[in-house]
Amino acid sequence: MQNHPVFTDNDPQNETSTLNLGPTHPATHGVFQNVLELDGERIVSGVSTIGYIHRAFEKIAEHRPFYQITPLTDRLNYCSSPINNMGWHMTVEKLLGIQLPKRVDYLRVIIMELARISDHIVCNGVLGVDTGAFTGFLYMMQWREHIYEIYEEICGSRLTTNIGRIGGFERNFNDIAFAKIKSFLTGFPPVLKEFEALFTRNRIFVDRTKDVAAVTAEDALSYSWSGPLLRAAGVDYDVRAQEPYSSYQDFDFEVPVGSNGDVYNRFLVRNEEMWQSLRMIQQAMDMIAKEDSSIFHANVPEFYLPPKEEVYNNMEALIYHFKIVMGEIDTPTTEVYHSVEGANGELGFYLVNDGGRSPYRLHFRRPSFINYQMYAPMSRGMLLSDAIINMSSLNVIAGELDA
Amino acid sequence: MAKVSNEELLQQLTAKLGDVFTNEGEPFGLLTIETCRDNIIQLLTVLKNDLNFIHLTDITAVHYPEKEKQFAVVYHVHDLAGGVRIRVKVALATEDVHIPTAVNIWDGANWMERETYDYFGILFDGHPDLRRILNVDDMTAFPMRKEYPLEDPNRIDKKDYFFGR
Repeated sequence: MQNHPVFTDNDPQNETSTLNLGPTHPATHGVFQNVLELDGERIVSGVSTIGYIHRAFEKIAEHRPFYQITPLTDRLNYCSSPINNMGWHMTVEKLLGIQLPKRVDYLRVIIMELARISDHIVCNGVLGVDTGAFTGFLYMMQWREHIYEIYEEICGSRLTTNIGRIGGFERNFNDIAFAKIKSFLTGFPPVLKEFEALFTRNRIFVDRTKDVAAVTAEDALSYSWSGPLLRAAGVDYDVRAQEPYSSYQDFDFEVPVGSNGDVYNRFLVRNEEMWQSLRMIQQAMDMIAKEDSSIFHANVPEFYLPPKEEVYNNMEALIYHFKIVMGEIDTPTTEVYHSVEGANGELGFYLVNDGGRSPYRLHFRRPSFINYQMYAPMSRGMLLSDAIINMSSLNVIAGELDA
Repeated sequence: MAKVSNEELLQQLTAKLGDVFTNEGEPFGLLTIETCRDNIIQLLTVLKNDLNFIHLTDITAVHYPEKEKQFAVVYHVHDLAGGVRIRVKVALATEDVHIPTAVNIWDGANWMERETYDYFGILFDGHPDLRRILNVDDMTAFPMRKEYPLEDPNRIDKKDYFFGR
């Protein structure tokens, strides 16, 4: 910005003003503090402060047995907890060398893709709210509710799901769950289509988002971005496609890629990912129909907690229950890195094990934490209102940011 | 394009760098090498520029109080196009926890190193802004070190006698 010629250096017109954006500001959708230097409406510089809901999960995890760490992972990205839960289960299964039956894998894919849809519903809906359109958000929120009802049918809880166990699921999906998934598959596509019709070619929305906060692929890679943000910048990296876990290799899906990494591209990539997730859920439903419907966990009694009625009535189950709970079972002394494609990017678990019942060290590679660090540098020179939209489309979830 | 095998990768690294690292095996197929802190920047630069490991996945550390060099700084680096990952470790002694920063190679290393400093007190030399990131600024301890207790040992409100036990 050029200074006005008649003003001298210490004139108030040349001063910048400091704005505390957050930590609790309705436009930031979470506890994010950014101290911004503003020249009028333009951001000169910014400093991000994070850690407001740091809960020391990595330290707590060192004191908990493996199966009690799942509830911690719920609270990372709480908009798509099942993906975190499954990622953790798969990390431990990789460590222990547990092979899952195909049906369990497919059930997991259904849950993970539903979680991805629910996360993208929130992100894209809120992006609409931030650009001034409330309708799409409320319309889509109803369908997130339907997804939560499916979770509820499967595991009993909605937000922090604690879904599944090491080795499979705690119980089989019931008929109501399948009925709800089917009705979601038929009911959601028309809604998503209408949602797209509301936004994709909406003049106001396009003007507000196009070329806003554009990120080159080089920058995105240098800042270790992953997930929809990296793909919107034009890099076709998706963990599901490159290192298929949980039988993703059996599925036919496409990885949508954007071109210039702006807010509009991110919106389009997330929308297309929802369509692809729907495709995968449909395929999984078809494949499950061919599998034995009684299988919902692997046959690994030394790691999979037996049902309570068995514990009370069956000696072997009682012994295994005791051994699992008391940590009497040896685990390999090694280290494992496992990553899943979370809704925000590569969610990694680096687990160092010393053979005990709890991890020696557990580190979460949290995509929100890593994606968010570009926020302050990329806000330089941006309008404040654009920076708000940018934060919204980065979809930073405070729980995942701070762990 | 076929995936580069770990043996080929080791050969390529040795050809570029010579004998500056040791092979620490490949748990679950992920090649792990260890180097010293004088060579880490050169190693990471070669990985990024010559061997196409363009994506820094993660930086963290592990504390092994029983080892002679108690801290291991762990880098996970990823060749996105080839689909190959590599893990690089550097062992540091407690009295000298300095290691050069990787911020000049990847911008994304900035917060990862701040987090590692915050948790373990590892000092990344040359880092532009090495402050605590998740914990409060006036904290004096490094909480992920093994000697740091999970709960305050002086706390009495959780003692059994308060619960009639």
